[in-house]
Amino acid sequence: MQPAAAVAPLPATTSAPTAEVVLTVAHVSKSFGTNHVLQDFSLTLHRGENLVVLGRSGSGKSVLIKCIIGLLPIDAGTITVLGQDVATLGHAALDELRTKVGFLFQSNALYDSMTVRENLLFPLRRHWLAARRGQEEELVRQALADVGLPDTLDQMPAELSGGQRKRIALARTLILPPEIILYDEPTTGLDPITAREIDQLIRQVQQKYTTSALIISHDMNCVRLTATRVALLVEGRCYAEGTYEELRQRNDPTIHAFFE
Amino acid sequence: MFNSPFLAEIGGMTRFAGRFFREGFRPRYEWRELLSQCYVLGYQSLTLVGVTGFIMGLVLTLRLRPTMVQFGAESWIPTMVGLTIIREMAPIITALMVAGKVGSSIGAELSSLRVTEQIDAMEVSGTNPFKYLVVTRMLATTLMVPILNLLATGLGLAAAYLGVNLKGGTSLALFTHNILARLTFGDLLSAVVKTVFFGFAIGLIGCYKGYYATNGTEGVGRAANSAVVMASMMVFILDLLAVQVSNLLGLN
Repeated sequence: MQPAAAVAPLPATTSAPTAEVVLTVAHVSKSFGTNHVLQDFSLTLHRGENLVVLGRSGSGKSVLIKCIIGLLPIDAGTITVLGQDVATLGHAALDELRTKVGFLFQSNALYDSMTVRENLLFPLRRHWLAARRGQEEELVRQALADVGLPDTLDQMPAELSGGQRKRIALARTLILPPEIILYDEPTTGLDPITAREIDQLIRQVQQKYTTSALIISHDMNCVRLTATRVALLVEGRCYAEGTYEELRQRNDPTIHAFFE
Repeated sequence: MFNSPFLAEIGGMTRFAGRFFREGFRPRYEWRELLSQCYVLGYQSLTLVGVTGFIMGLVLTLRLRPTMVQFGAESWIPTMVGLTIIREMAPIITALMVAGKVGSSIGAELSSLRVTEQIDAMEVSGTNPFKYLVVTRMLATTLMVPILNLLATGLGLAAAYLGVNLKGGTSLALFTHNILARLTFGDLLSAVVKTVFFGFAIGLIGCYKGYYATNGTEGVGRAANSAVVMASMMVFILDLLAVQVSNLLGLN
């Protein structure tokens, strides 16, 4: 387990307007039949920041990040990741882009027929670089050390606890060093203590790898501990944006309802 | 009529097969996973298919014998049993056993991967799950069913020889000669070709049902079940087509 003291405090500034934009969602709409999940939704993510998209269950948060990574097609608008329009990319270009974008699933989505080592080796072997040849074991050990579970190499996912599975899933995301990490409800289903450990881990990872993170959550503790900026998703639109403290102090009842 | 779920299913499966041919033969090739699937789907079915083929050959011979003796045609038993096994029984039994064992396991495995988001995880890690999971399994069944059929045929014929000799006496040379005298190249060709199609259909249906599974664990059961039912049906439909095509080509 990682000590809390190792994590630096969150930056005081709300956003980083001068920092490079790594992800842009512009006027995106997505519907499933008559259910309009996203309507003209927009946001930008800057390099090095943790942006939390906050919203109620079923508000379309998970749909948003699945659209960002290209798992779901959008109906209208554009999504630009690291300068590339996701909708226009072919299979090969999309696969290449995805090696720079990590995705932590809510269900962890660990390959349950493989050991932890094989889970971590899988993305490495799919993107075999000459520079990494012979270093795979070291990279696996390093990723496991980063998430505080160095002794689970030969265990199966089913033998691990929920929090450990979450950490292994994060290690698998880190093994191809990502520039952006998308977290889909990283603390849902975890006990409060483990959830806080995962929050700390998210911040440690962001500081160590200087990644940008888009975090989908409705866990207010997670939002408070991880967010440098918060975007509120209400009825398919970006209802409000600001730091945790800024949003908490607003008198708007819709926003206030999340902070009660 | 044109909106029927049945036609939608056929259309979906045809597109799925089209994607297999479009993507399956382009690099990158998943040799490692293909070999692993050949082992799992083929090698691990050897005992099942072998035992079934052996029993089928023995039962067929023992059942046929009294009738043939009644008509004084005992010497025709090797020819009749041999040709039946080579042309029909071994391919059909092999395909049905594989549909039951492998079709259901592919359907259940892929649907489990789908509902637990493991297929999505492969996709976001920059791996084409269709090539990695579907193409390898479809190729494995297409390659393995003809090989398993050879085993079922061989053991079926061995059992037939045993069955003939349980209540009579026929030398191996005469038994073999009786079969070969009536066996044509067309018989062998149609048997091999149709088992290739059987294997392809079993892989296609299992993968299609599993890959597009929905509704959580309920979907896993449904995918496994419908993969077996539909693959078994498809084996018979293809067999019927194979008879017609063989007749048209003058192979019978």
